Amino acid sequence: MTSLYYYHPSSTGVAPASDQSISDNDRRAQCRRINPGRNQRAATKPPSILNTSAQRPSQPPYRLCHHPLLAHSSQAALASTELAPEVRNGTTKRMNLFQAINDALATALTEDENVLVFGEDVAFGGVFRCTMKLAESFGGDRVFNTPLTEQGIMGFAIGAAAEGMRPVAEIQFADYVYPAFDQMVNEAAKFRYRDGACGRSVGGLTVRMPCGGVGHGAMYHSQSPESLFTHIPGLRVVMPRSPLQAKGLLLAAIRSNDPVVFMEPKILYRAAVEQVPSGAYELPLSKAEVLKEGSDVTIISYGQPLYTCNAAMQRAEEDLGVSIELIDLRTLYPWDKETVFNSVKKTGRCMVVHEAMVNAGIGAEVAAVIQENPETFNRLEAPVSRVAGWSIHTPLLYEKFNIPDVSRVYEGIKKLLDY
Amino acid sequence: MHSRLLPKASLRRVAGKAPYGPTAAAATAIAARPTAPQPPARYSSSISQRPGASHVSFPGAVKSAFTNQLNFALSDESPALPTYRVVDQDGKVVDPSFKADLADEEVVKLYHKMLLISIMDVIMFDAQRQGRLSFYMVSAGEEALSVGSASALSPEDVIFCQYREQGVFAQRGFELSDFMNQLFANKKDPGKGRNMPVHYGSSELNIHTISSPLATQIPHASGAAYALKMQRINDPSLPPRVVAVYFGEGAASEGDFHAALNIAATRACPVIFICRNNGYAISTPTLEQYRGDGIASRGIGYGIDTIRVDGNDIWAVREVTKKAREMALQDGGKPVLIEAMSYRVSHHSTSDDSFAYRARVEVEDWKRRDNPIARLRKYMEAKGIWDEAKEKEARDGTRRKVLKAFSVAEKEKKPPIRAMFEDIYEELTPDLKAQMLELRQHLDKYPDEYDLSEYEGGRGSLDA
Repeated sequence: MTSLYYYHPSSTGVAPASDQSISDNDRRAQCRRINPGRNQRAATKPPSILNTSAQRPSQPPYRLCHHPLLAHSSQAALASTELAPEVRNGTTKRMNLFQAINDALATALTEDENVLVFGEDVAFGGVFRCTMKLAESFGGDRVFNTPLTEQGIMGFAIGAAAEGMRPVAEIQFADYVYPAFDQMVNEAAKFRYRDGACGRSVGGLTVRMPCGGVGHGAMYHSQSPESLFTHIPGLRVVMPRSPLQAKGLLLAAIRSNDPVVFMEPKILYRAAVEQVPSGAYELPLSKAEVLKEGSDVTIISYGQPLYTCNAAMQRAEEDLGVSIELIDLRTLYPWDKETVFNSVKKTGRCMVVHEAMVNAGIGAEVAAVIQENPETFNRLEAPVSRVAGWSIHTPLLYEKFNIPDVSRVYEGIKKLLDY
Repeated sequence: MHSRLLPKASLRRVAGKAPYGPTAAAATAIAARPTAPQPPARYSSSISQRPGASHVSFPGAVKSAFTNQLNFALSDESPALPTYRVVDQDGKVVDPSFKADLADEEVVKLYHKMLLISIMDVIMFDAQRQGRLSFYMVSAGEEALSVGSASALSPEDVIFCQYREQGVFAQRGFELSDFMNQLFANKKDPGKGRNMPVHYGSSELNIHTISSPLATQIPHASGAAYALKMQRINDPSLPPRVVAVYFGEGAASEGDFHAALNIAATRACPVIFICRNNGYAISTPTLEQYRGDGIASRGIGYGIDTIRVDGNDIWAVREVTKKAREMALQDGGKPVLIEAMSYRVSHHSTSDDSFAYRARVEVEDWKRRDNPIARLRKYMEAKGIWDEAKEKEARDGTRRKVLKAFSVAEKEKKPPIRAMFEDIYEELTPDLKAQMLELRQHLDKYPDEYDLSEYEGGRGSLDA
């Protein structure tokens, strides 16, 4: 079966995602696993049934079929008021996350001749297939391979952006971004500030990188280093949760006049499939989205853990008779405090969930900001909690104990309510 | 460093099997090639070893002959690349093919620029010692290198500097007032008082603002050169342009240097890499910086056309830069490396006392024996276009102008405090607006703790 991690030769092309390889029965079985609350009503002891291989993708195949966080119909995809009217009146196409990224890149390359797409192994389609057929369609001088040097890729991209291009540089894995860190922190982030009234910037720059665990990536194919970048003024840091989100946010990132670090949860490349508007559209940067409204607990997350949170939440609502609000932060810096404040003012209980290590992570920043604001601080019924990776590296055999899973989020909700 | 867990696809590709062998899609793409400006790279690497071949056909070395001699290439045995010069230490022309391409008055102008920065350097160095400036870096010994190379570029060419290239700025038209405004970080400094002294920049003069980290500017130059190349492909009416980037031999040890050369070579970028090899990276002499034949040998290793030049000879520097520019624009663009040899007769910066690590006599010897300014002066005197009286007049006049610009800039107010929050993003974020307000309220509450008189607009600049 399709590994969601390795490039698999049987699925080429950017045709709409095909689930033909799994039968309807399989699909239903997977849905049961991913939505245990709905499908396992008889269960009484949460831990035994909350964590199955499907919630946390330690074993491929991992599919998010019929998941409530995904748009499974055109109507659902076009319902968002964030879309422009002409997009809402248009058509949609079924895509997975890598196809949506590909679609966004093709759109950007079509609409702006200054857009360049490059990185290691980008020309043949990329190791995750995000740049499939782009070199053929747009020419090898706009979509090309670079030598294997992350600092070189980033420096080159910064120079091209400084002279008016809109480079989209790919770092093959977020785990390998560190040689480029100097260029990103000291150059990309500071370029506009340093140039001052001279007015030049590298705002055209977008850096894409696949991130996060997939079950077997161990220490060097699992990292999610977003908080290293959210500490850096001048960079915008974005992580989409789904194909529809990815296309709109990536187009916004490319068109943005600030440098953007765009992190793609690689486990979702194939797993997340939904209807995606066909036209060019942007989703707003620095704007969080309330995925489900609730009144008793706020869960704030981004990227892959949103699916875990959703499953845990559904179960907690059934078991405990509470109502939970789920927020997708989407842009991790500069982030949307207003949406978070409004939610916590309502619920008084808040949890932040992310894959990356808990120490000095996004959760730390969100929790600090919530307790600093008198309006939310006074409303808190329990300390703001964090459910995140432990303060360790991602070890091969133990990922399922490290990355937040349904039972840990479920337990986190209970603790917030029991405080 | 890289242990990519993805060898399968690429191995299949090399072996010519699925997924990207001669498929229908690939055939279509090949047929469509003429319309694409450049075919995707993957179709160009089909290499196979013929039986009985005399040459290696590994994908990584296609022109290598087989040999039955077990010989290592010994690095010490290859002769050092020669150093090109036009005019010797006595001002005599030694290249018989050389013809000066400048009118006498143009030569004198170059000399004035060299004089200008050397006099400014001495004054600003002393000003720092007197505490009137926080920091300064002189470029003594490198005036010919910076002024000469800049004089051979087109004003539209884009330049990235390291930090010791005041001669490039001066030659391009950076005025004394521009230098001084930046050095004193006053309200006329386009850097808005954010950068240390000597971090000049100018968009009109197409020189990017200097950044302290060494070598980061080198891959920028490759990317910028690629941008210029693409822009000209998109709009052939644009003039052909190159990028020039300056860096020291110490910076060439950074990974960014190697990445920049490699990527410029593979993407055929019209960029001129200009290494100022002045013998020292702060205190570290070249023998502890690198082995092998200088920085020039690196260029050849990356498949880049390279020359070594006497950096104290402004004519030689001009000639090689002119030629390098021409070459960089050939064949759709390619990188060129110039290693310009000089000797840093100055301290590294005002924070450095170089006599702690080198003999004073060595420095004095270089100053006396081979000074780029003296060399051009001798050349001009031999030509009868310069003499002692003109020298005195030029030096005195320049000194007066520097001191005047100095005192004007020193008196200017500092930029508004607000400038510290601006230009982080294209627009002020809600966070930054809130922080600006917070600072304003704090300054209101503790008015005696901060002297705001120097800053244009005082606290008021922080108002939304």
